Amino acid sequence: MRDVLTIGGKELTNRLFVGTGKFADHKQMGEAMRASNSEVVTVALRRVDMDAKEEDILHDIPKTMTLMPNTSGARNAEEAVRIARLAKAVGMGNWIKIEVISDHKYLLPDNEETTKATEILANEGFVVLPYMSPDLMAAKRMRDAGAAAIMPLGAPIGSNKGIRMKEMVQIMIDEIDLPIVVDAGIGKPSEAAEAMEMGADAVLVNTAIATAANPVEMARAFDYAVKAGRIGYLSGLGPVSTTAKSSSPLTGFLG
Amino acid sequence: MSFYHKFTEVKDLPFDVMFASVTGRDVERVLQKDRLTEQDYFMLLSPAAESYLEEMAQKAHKLTLQHFGRTMQLYLPLYLSDYCVNICKYCSFSFNNDFPRRRLTIEEVEREAKVIAGMGIKHIILLSGESKQHSSVEYLKKSLEVLKKYFSSIAIEIQPLNKEEYEELFRYGVDGLTVYQEVYNEEIYRDIHVAGPKKDFRYRLDTPERGAQAGMRSLNVGALLGMDEWRKESYITGLHASYLQNKYLETEVGVSFPRMRPHAGSFQPKVNVTDKNLVQAMLAIRLFLPRAGITISTRETPEFRDQLIPLGVTKMSAASSTVVGGYSEPDVTQSQFEISDDRSVEEIKRLLKSKGYQPVVKDWQLI
Repeated sequence: MRDVLTIGGKELTNRLFVGTGKFADHKQMGEAMRASNSEVVTVALRRVDMDAKEEDILHDIPKTMTLMPNTSGARNAEEAVRIARLAKAVGMGNWIKIEVISDHKYLLPDNEETTKATEILANEGFVVLPYMSPDLMAAKRMRDAGAAAIMPLGAPIGSNKGIRMKEMVQIMIDEIDLPIVVDAGIGKPSEAAEAMEMGADAVLVNTAIATAANPVEMARAFDYAVKAGRIGYLSGLGPVSTTAKSSSPLTGFLG
Repeated sequence: MSFYHKFTEVKDLPFDVMFASVTGRDVERVLQKDRLTEQDYFMLLSPAAESYLEEMAQKAHKLTLQHFGRTMQLYLPLYLSDYCVNICKYCSFSFNNDFPRRRLTIEEVEREAKVIAGMGIKHIILLSGESKQHSSVEYLKKSLEVLKKYFSSIAIEIQPLNKEEYEELFRYGVDGLTVYQEVYNEEIYRDIHVAGPKKDFRYRLDTPERGAQAGMRSLNVGALLGMDEWRKESYITGLHASYLQNKYLETEVGVSFPRMRPHAGSFQPKVNVTDKNLVQAMLAIRLFLPRAGITISTRETPEFRDQLIPLGVTKMSAASSTVVGGYSEPDVTQSQFEISDDRSVEEIKRLLKSKGYQPVVKDWQLI
């Protein structure tokens, strides 16, 4: 059976999304991307330097990948919308990851402003993937505003702490009828597998790959982990129980 | 509420006694923690913490890698004018220093911009002496109209302005504000700032806050190391940065570590701040404020700057000229201070790459 994830009309067979920040150089970044087999890469428009030619970040991204520019640096909906339009204008396609951060201490996303930006940009024809703090009601509003997928954080960005928001993310996976891409906080391949086992449709990993001692090998490890987690999910994980199931002490009398 | 209230709470503390009472065990406890309090930060600045510099450095390196990655932002200063109405004992631009003053014409601003942009630099900081006549908001606005064509991020380090003026400059494309308090000791401040509007300690102290209220994306604070006891100065600088970060969450707060350099006047540093001291101050701030930007200027020697790169620095300047018109016409007039590291942008890029860092020339987009 072909296991395909469709976002914005695009069929993806790899469920690992990657980021471009924090790498020691662009060449290494490009190699890591190839090793990850990922098909979607997020790029901060703020880092794109059209004048830099071969030194520009876009130069080393494999051409087969779908670009998902992000609005990093936006502090409100208006700034996010402006950045998204600029990204489209410079030819980065019509996918946009909305990132609105009005908190520079923890870099937590602002769900309200993100929803506003989602609505404006979805109406303009963008494929909108909002990055958000896992909150069911906010996710529903983003869905209603036209989001193509929802990207809840697993833990504060760059924290490498794993899926600390597990219960909240699980509720979103169960309740939101859009692809859920767990973004931020994933520090180890096993945590990416964990997110996939939970039923997430994809994960986005940047810091854990870019700051590894060997980013290329780490990208490969994440590819395997995401695949393993997905297969685990699809094959139906056995239910977890803390009590023995061999007998039925309370209902055994029913025969 | 202003940082001044916090400042008055701490300024008369018996710092010497308090720093001396910190023990190695206190420092070890702080090094085990994920989130540091003001008290923890204080302990990292103590003499006792000097025995733990390697541990602090390891932790600072890890945190910086985690939050900023293997990257270094490059920027250049652009001096617009050296006219100044202040008399300050330590500064070459001081009103009573007799030298031919200069303010760039708009055509000259463009000439400088072309040279800087030609080096591949996209982030600049505009500097001037304090003169409402020469570096007026109107003049700055005209300059910005030209500079916007060449740069993607423009910060200012000019005389303190009021909130409305900052709002206007923000609309014209300025996104960052640097203002160093110079010294957080009010008596020394009054002594070294002999005459002129800069004498107003409180107005300067509240300047970053006015910038945040005006919408600036980034603020940069710092003390001129060498003016007073560095542990205390560093502590209050950290409190200032932390106050701004907590109150203006939407603003990026950074800290610089300018150390006194020789200059044309006869004023020399009051306190000798050693390399070891500067490193301790820098590591302590990184552990206290893991996401704060840290800038290290070309005042420091190439050898020392190279060693500082993995310790928490996130921004560096290169090929800097501290002379008005210094990029398009080398060999002209008076510099604000002598730089020690005159390596070119290409040399700094090569150095960063050899250390496993990606030089970042563009990290913002005028929107």
